Amino acid sequence: MINPGEYFVEGDVAAAYGAIRAGCLFFAGYPITPASEITQAMAELLPRVGGKFLQMEDEIASISAIIGASWAGLKSMTATSGPGFSLMQENIGYAAMTETPIVIIDVQRAGPAIGQASRPAQGDVMQSRFGSHGDYETIVLSPNSVQEMFDLTVKAFNLSEIYRVPVIILSDAEVGHMMERLVVPERIEIVNRKIASNFQETMAYGENLVSAMGRFGDGLELMITGSTHRPDGTRDTGTPEVQENLVRRLVNKIEKNRSSIEEWEELYTEDAEILVISHGASSRPSKGAVIRARKEGIRAGFLRPRVLWPSPERRMIELDSRVKRVILPEMSLRGYRMELERIFHRKVDHLPKVGGVVPTVDEIFTKIRSASL
Amino acid sequence: MKAKDIVIDRNLCKGCSICVHVCPKKTLGISREVNEYGLFYPEVVDLGSCIVCRLCELYCPDFAIEVVQE
Amino acid sequence: MITARYIKENYVRRLPSAFCPGCGDGQILNAIIRAIDHLKIDRKDIAAVSGIGCSAWIPSPYLRVDSLHTTHGRPIAFATGLKVANPRLKVIVVSGDGDATGIGGNHLLHAARSNVGITVIMVNNGLYAMTGGQVAPTTPHEAKTTTTPYGNPAFSLDVSRVVAAAGASYVARWTTWHMNQLIRSIEKAIMKKGFSFIEVLSQCPTYEGRMLNMDHIEMLEWFRKNFREDAEGIYKIGEFVDIEKPELTEELEKMIERVRR
Repeated sequence: MINPGEYFVEGDVAAAYGAIRAGCLFFAGYPITPASEITQAMAELLPRVGGKFLQMEDEIASISAIIGASWAGLKSMTATSGPGFSLMQENIGYAAMTETPIVIIDVQRAGPAIGQASRPAQGDVMQSRFGSHGDYETIVLSPNSVQEMFDLTVKAFNLSEIYRVPVIILSDAEVGHMMERLVVPERIEIVNRKIASNFQETMAYGENLVSAMGRFGDGLELMITGSTHRPDGTRDTGTPEVQENLVRRLVNKIEKNRSSIEEWEELYTEDAEILVISHGASSRPSKGAVIRARKEGIRAGFLRPRVLWPSPERRMIELDSRVKRVILPEMSLRGYRMELERIFHRKVDHLPKVGGVVPTVDEIFTKIRSASL
Repeated sequence: MKAKDIVIDRNLCKGCSICVHVCPKKTLGISREVNEYGLFYPEVVDLGSCIVCRLCELYCPDFAIEVVQE
Repeated sequence: MITARYIKENYVRRLPSAFCPGCGDGQILNAIIRAIDHLKIDRKDIAAVSGIGCSAWIPSPYLRVDSLHTTHGRPIAFATGLKVANPRLKVIVVSGDGDATGIGGNHLLHAARSNVGITVIMVNNGLYAMTGGQVAPTTPHEAKTTTTPYGNPAFSLDVSRVVAAAGASYVARWTTWHMNQLIRSIEKAIMKKGFSFIEVLSQCPTYEGRMLNMDHIEMLEWFRKNFREDAEGIYKIGEFVDIEKPELTEELEKMIERVRR
């Protein structure tokens, strides 16, 4: 299935291909524009590799089902867009609390509410990181091409298996629906979770603060709960230290491992005075505008987080001393802006585009040029 | 069938007295003493009358009573 | 012979339970354990899933099997994923009336419709007990609760009838007075290929009792006198549906086999 070679597919389908190659064997979803193509592709592909596909009654049921399937030992995924992603938030927190590896693809569309169903936007950036209540961490990936819809879906599964966290792929209607060349490589690195062979292993946290995962049906008598619990799963909602130790570890297992999670692309940053930071679909014209600025002698540079959360904070701080202006072209009024202003300790030149369309090279170039004057 | 003993775990008993109520032979009664939670636990008033039907065990919500057969 | 000691040694993680004195939840735990023991199923082949509410605590933390204690209203959806991912597992959901029919009603309908081979034991005490005795979809008309202090203006749901209409393979209703019938019913439900549903009317002495001015013994007596196989409406107990028909995980397996051939 999904043999090495070249394909010409849309982003949503490439994500499904990536999931299959990553070893996904369970998918539960609910139709929604512009993510339905992922669901349809999984419905077609999964049975062919012996996997299970379910169309559920809603998005809450979908994420519930994939968490259940993950505890049965299967790599599991769902796909949705803004409205469904909002519905899933409670159980994203549940997956974080119970350390259940799952992958969620959010093909963003313009909101709020029903918004522009088939139009791209990047308004879910903060929700993908802070959408569920309480303190927790997730990992959020941001593909900007059909190729990356494949690559980052594989990476999402690997990260979720390593860190036992929900991993979110924050795509958008532009990337999800565009047709491009996809190269499926010969060799793909696949990581599988460490399955606990006895109960003790489920409580033995490694250096990365993650323990082996039990599997239902193996006789370990697992006790999994979204309530505050001790390492053995015993519910204990009254002891302050139990809550503190648990939540700190859930946060630290991402925070302390961020250098091995962070991933970004950069161009012309060595001597850049104007740094254009962009992610997802809007990063494509952003890169084009930076290349054009360079041709016109403007010292512009380009940085694109492939992993949005945790953000490439250390790299940005390194660049901070040399860079005079930071420009963030983005399809949202808020998006990634607060994170960048937190890191750079200054106002970022935000270039928001909220009509459900991708910013153009001209628009971004104009902004770069005016910033250089 | 005869009962050798009816063991009541006073630490598990919550004093609901369902066992006393379901006992068809009035083998059980409610004690005048309280357990450490301050609850009135059941006591055996007539062991000889027990027919080992084990309804008390079947209905006890707290696994606090057990009939030991002779 | 199943004795209390045998049950404690083999099936219960810890005691005393957190249930109020006289609560029916302990009886239902007792019934589930006896049914599992009668069937001689290996405990590792059983998975218990529950949501939020007093009855969600019956399996987690007390029943010694793999247990998944999930978010409010969602246990049936979690259980569906677990069952489809590993059809070998006997998946038992223990849910309250608020969990299964209020916040999670849609999942109940669709699990029955798709006939996924899980067992749902719905503990019905007619209100939300854990949060303080508020009105539920199962609260009778005009009944007083902490959120209907002047009586319930709405009307109650006959859950078993709805689940039967939705397509379940097995539907039964009992009360905590009917322990032997309940145990046999749970055994049948667990072994049923398709979706099985058991509604258990259970006494909540703390909130329901306060509103009805009854203690738990009086409630059990009320169950005994009023809930009969020849009664009408919610008072009718017994097996309502007991049929064999194609089941979701089996149909999925067949489809996969067909596609891969």
